[in-house]
Amino acid sequence: MSTTTSHPTRRTAIRWTQLQLHLILLVTSVLMAIPFLWMLFASFKPLDEIFRYPPSLLPEHWTTRNYDTGFAQVDFVRAFANSVTVALSVTVISLLTCAMAAYAFARIRFAGRGILFTAFLCTMMVPPQLTIIPLYIIMGRIGLLDTLWALILPSGLFNAFGVFLLRQYVKGIPLELEEAAAIDGAGRIRTFVTIVLPLLRTPLVALGIFLFLGQWNSFFYPLIFLNSTSNFTLPLVVNQFKGALTSDWGALMAGVTIAAVPMLLVFLLAQRKIVEGIALSGSKS
Amino acid sequence: MNSRTSMLTASKASADPTTVQTSPKPAAVRRARLRDFGWAMGFLAPQLTGLIVFVVGPMAFAFYLSFTNWDGFNTLSMAGLDNYRFVFTDPQLAASARNTLWLTALQVPGLLVSGLIVAYFLQKAGRMTSFYRLLFFAPQVTSSVAVAAIWLYLFNPQISPINSALRSVGITAPDWLQNPHTVILSLVVVGIWQGLGYQVVIFMAGLSNVPRTLLEAASIDGANEWQKFWRVTIPMLSPTILFLSITSIIASFQVFDIVYVMFDTNATSSARTIVYEIVQIAFQQNSFGQASALAVSLFVSLLLLTGLQLLAQRRWVYYAE
Repeated sequence: MSTTTSHPTRRTAIRWTQLQLHLILLVTSVLMAIPFLWMLFASFKPLDEIFRYPPSLLPEHWTTRNYDTGFAQVDFVRAFANSVTVALSVTVISLLTCAMAAYAFARIRFAGRGILFTAFLCTMMVPPQLTIIPLYIIMGRIGLLDTLWALILPSGLFNAFGVFLLRQYVKGIPLELEEAAAIDGAGRIRTFVTIVLPLLRTPLVALGIFLFLGQWNSFFYPLIFLNSTSNFTLPLVVNQFKGALTSDWGALMAGVTIAAVPMLLVFLLAQRKIVEGIALSGSKS
Repeated sequence: MNSRTSMLTASKASADPTTVQTSPKPAAVRRARLRDFGWAMGFLAPQLTGLIVFVVGPMAFAFYLSFTNWDGFNTLSMAGLDNYRFVFTDPQLAASARNTLWLTALQVPGLLVSGLIVAYFLQKAGRMTSFYRLLFFAPQVTSSVAVAAIWLYLFNPQISPINSALRSVGITAPDWLQNPHTVILSLVVVGIWQGLGYQVVIFMAGLSNVPRTLLEAASIDGANEWQKFWRVTIPMLSPTILFLSITSIIASFQVFDIVYVMFDTNATSSARTIVYEIVQIAFQQNSFGQASALAVSLFVSLLLLTGLQLLAQRRWVYYAE
């Protein structure tokens, strides 16, 4: 570094490439944002402006009529509540049960541990389309079809990736900590609750955000399992909304904005944790 | 330092029962093992129930269903291999398989290359990284339904700003989603727009693991930027590239949400993907047997494809250590 600062020509060369770099990144990243901006501004345009040629990004006459139409057509509040219920339940149940399984795999010696763990890992390969038909039949038989339970139970009670990820972290906890607790007379449950769980906080938060996002955006399972509009989650409502209003582009974009903006805000606030959570999923291959 | 390591190895050895207990007391050991097994099952109970009830059981059931005729209500009858014969001879399914393969062939390399380039530039940029990353990653946190609706709007020939821009330079743009020659390409554009952020984040995690010392050593040996990228960065990134190509191919084979939202239940032949067919056959035509045979075939193809990639990795993937 000290050699580069003593060479003025080289320093300007570096600054020039940095400038080019930022120019390229700025252009491409703004290109990425254009579809969102188009959605956002279209939702405030009257219909004749949406169809106008040549098009313009910003509305000439701002209107909230599209949002009035949207809220009149569809119960967004209800769908929002359903989405929160499903995403939150799955996240909480899954985090707890995955941590429990991870603790067993990492710390308890038992017959068949290797085979069972391999079985967990192999299931990550199973596409949801293979099990959706039997699941649909099972849910019908036990009377959970068209209830939010049909979405909560399978995802909450099974997550091979979560078990795998947390197991790696449990293995990293120094054994001495647990031995000390055992000497003090703590059993398995107390060790798990008072020592292991608190030390897993960081991966639990990252995994939790990851799980929440996945459930929030899930479309496939809700589409198959839910029938009554009163049970619909946000993605289903947007889809239904699209079906009802394919020609009213302004209202459709208003509906999409309502569905997309909350998650974009969450992402804005929790960007670092989300990116960590995603990065975790790739680094542990 | 020395005494500490010896203490660690000692404590490790004592944790391992086989090395410590030279003359085990059978009954006590058996009881302890049984107790540990009980604890393990207790901690595993919820996830194990999920594994059996929601994954292994349904998998076996799906496999069984693929050899039956069933609509879910009337009596079930055995079909032998008829469903598989249907899967491999039906002309529409062949077209859908081709669509899925084209989508994968265009989308996966597109994602990998653009993801790597963006991640490499972001790594170099240093400043403002989180701002750029925010824009690249935002489509990833948006639900596919919203993404599909946005692009349904952007691809609509009457209002599409893309078509307007092309018109202003004298090109008559096609009706992207209705023209059989452009529909897959349009889906690829949407897929790359939505998936790029994930690729960038994973590639950045991989890039941060490339040892600086190696790059500096290459500089001292007189390597330029391109040589360093090609000879050092790419080989060090090969495990990341393998991981992303496997997961992206699996994801591309399973494209459904975008197609379903854009076309609902009546997609044209040139827009249908395999998973779209599974859902239509199962839940529109109530033909659970045929849909299961198609799902099993998809699963087996994915297993084979992943197996092939894992075999091929020996030739090009480099692991440090």
